[in-house]
Amino acid sequence: MTELRERQPIYLDYSSTTPIDPRVAEKMIPYITEHYGNPASRSHSFGWTAEKAVEEAREEVAKLVNADSREIVWTSGATESNNLAIKGASHFYSAKGKHILTIATEHKCVIDSVRELERDGFTATYLEPEPNGLVDLEKFKKAIRPDTVLASVMLVNNEIGVVQDIEALGNICREQKVIFHVDAAQATGKVMINLENLPVDLMSFSAHKTYGPKGIGALYVRRKPRIRIEAQMHGGGHERGMRSGTLPTHQIVGMGEAFRIARIEMQLENERIRKLRDKLLHGLQDMEEVYVNGDLKHRIPHNLNISFNYVEGESLIMAVKDIAVSSGSACTSASLEPSYVLRALGRSDELAHSSIRFSIGRFTTEADVDFTIQLLKDKIQKLRELSPLWEMFKDGIDISKVEWAAH
Amino acid sequence: MAYSDKVLDHYENPRNVGSLDKNDPHVGTGMVGAPACGDVMKLQIRVSDDGVIEDAKFKTYGCGSAIASSSLVTEWLKGKTLDQAYEIKNSAIAEELALPPVKIHCSVLAEDAIKSAIADLKSKQGK
Repeated sequence: MTELRERQPIYLDYSSTTPIDPRVAEKMIPYITEHYGNPASRSHSFGWTAEKAVEEAREEVAKLVNADSREIVWTSGATESNNLAIKGASHFYSAKGKHILTIATEHKCVIDSVRELERDGFTATYLEPEPNGLVDLEKFKKAIRPDTVLASVMLVNNEIGVVQDIEALGNICREQKVIFHVDAAQATGKVMINLENLPVDLMSFSAHKTYGPKGIGALYVRRKPRIRIEAQMHGGGHERGMRSGTLPTHQIVGMGEAFRIARIEMQLENERIRKLRDKLLHGLQDMEEVYVNGDLKHRIPHNLNISFNYVEGESLIMAVKDIAVSSGSACTSASLEPSYVLRALGRSDELAHSSIRFSIGRFTTEADVDFTIQLLKDKIQKLRELSPLWEMFKDGIDISKVEWAAH
Repeated sequence: MAYSDKVLDHYENPRNVGSLDKNDPHVGTGMVGAPACGDVMKLQIRVSDDGVIEDAKFKTYGCGSAIASSSLVTEWLKGKTLDQAYEIKNSAIAEELALPPVKIHCSVLAEDAIKSAIADLKSKQGK
């Protein structure tokens, strides 16, 4: 029993972060121990070796998304990429207008970058998605104003995994001459991205969501037609002046290798993960009153976000401590608010609180999924036996019509 | 969040889960809280003709501390007179379970549930 308790939980939180693939870690190590030169050092072989590794990695990142390596700018991660793209481009082109269009379900770093621009004299629209999490193209088109300078839409949502129609949204932006930024942190290695054809001007990437190291990311900045951005980090003029700061060679090498592996293995890996996700979905849907959050068709195979009705969120998280998952419950978030993404889809507070995000990845096994299904079935049943709301539901009482005493 | 061993024990092995017949004149039912607030407690007591609580049952929708608070009071209520039950204070529940400050409201809710169940019984019996 002690052994069982001390065992690590099963990791089903790949959308939060992924382990570094051992092949990636192996490739990184020499750039910490032996090839420690500064890639900006032009006067000796230490620098040249590091620079070569950085450029090879840049090539690999570009290849995964079919871009030119000269369009890739290294950053510290997707948060920085999103800040740099949104604030950098909006400021550079602010003569055109000072309105930003984004979606209410974007990642906090996009929302907060836009909020910062609002404090700086810009105005913003946070468009609500449809109840399935997808953006309605007509509503998006209507939300663009003559003074809209930039639109930002994520490719894959981090909480519910839905995939937006970036091509159609990008075409609307092109017609209206609006700069289009896409946060692709959750998309690399999961959906095909072809920037040669996609009408996207700026795209953010992260390494640690794709089996690379934390602390490294990239921003794609289109060359044709050329997009300009104002630097947010000033200094030695690295990355053609768009982002100063000594390049972390080992991190960059890791991102390059992670993206190379993603390019080669993506198709097979996605098929395997889809089977696991479908198995999990069917297993959980055996139960009554479970609701999938977000569209199932336009969705990466890695994500399953489910609400379990009549079960309170925090006790649910306590009950499933043998698996590592994320929850929409206030109790597990820093802000003490239920998931704003699920709220934007029109989910009630109760359903948002009782949601679990399962995210499956490279090292998830079928046995992990079987264990998870059984665990959830046992625990949900136990908590519902405890729940007066479940009893009322079973007695045919409409809980939304009950007058609850406020407390 | 770190829970005390007592909270974990009640959460994992809740005592006296279930329902009594709410139409029984000897049964008082208290239902407090609201789903939107994240806690609903249903507490029921069956009281003998001489005013002693013979049985207590609960069902709770809520966090581990709410489940533990209501489970604990069902243990405490059995064998008590209504007057003694009325004297149970939330501070005693919070102390017994070592609830952190953010979970004190769970013990308040449990005390409210006791008072609500007693009031229901008394109104039923026309007292």
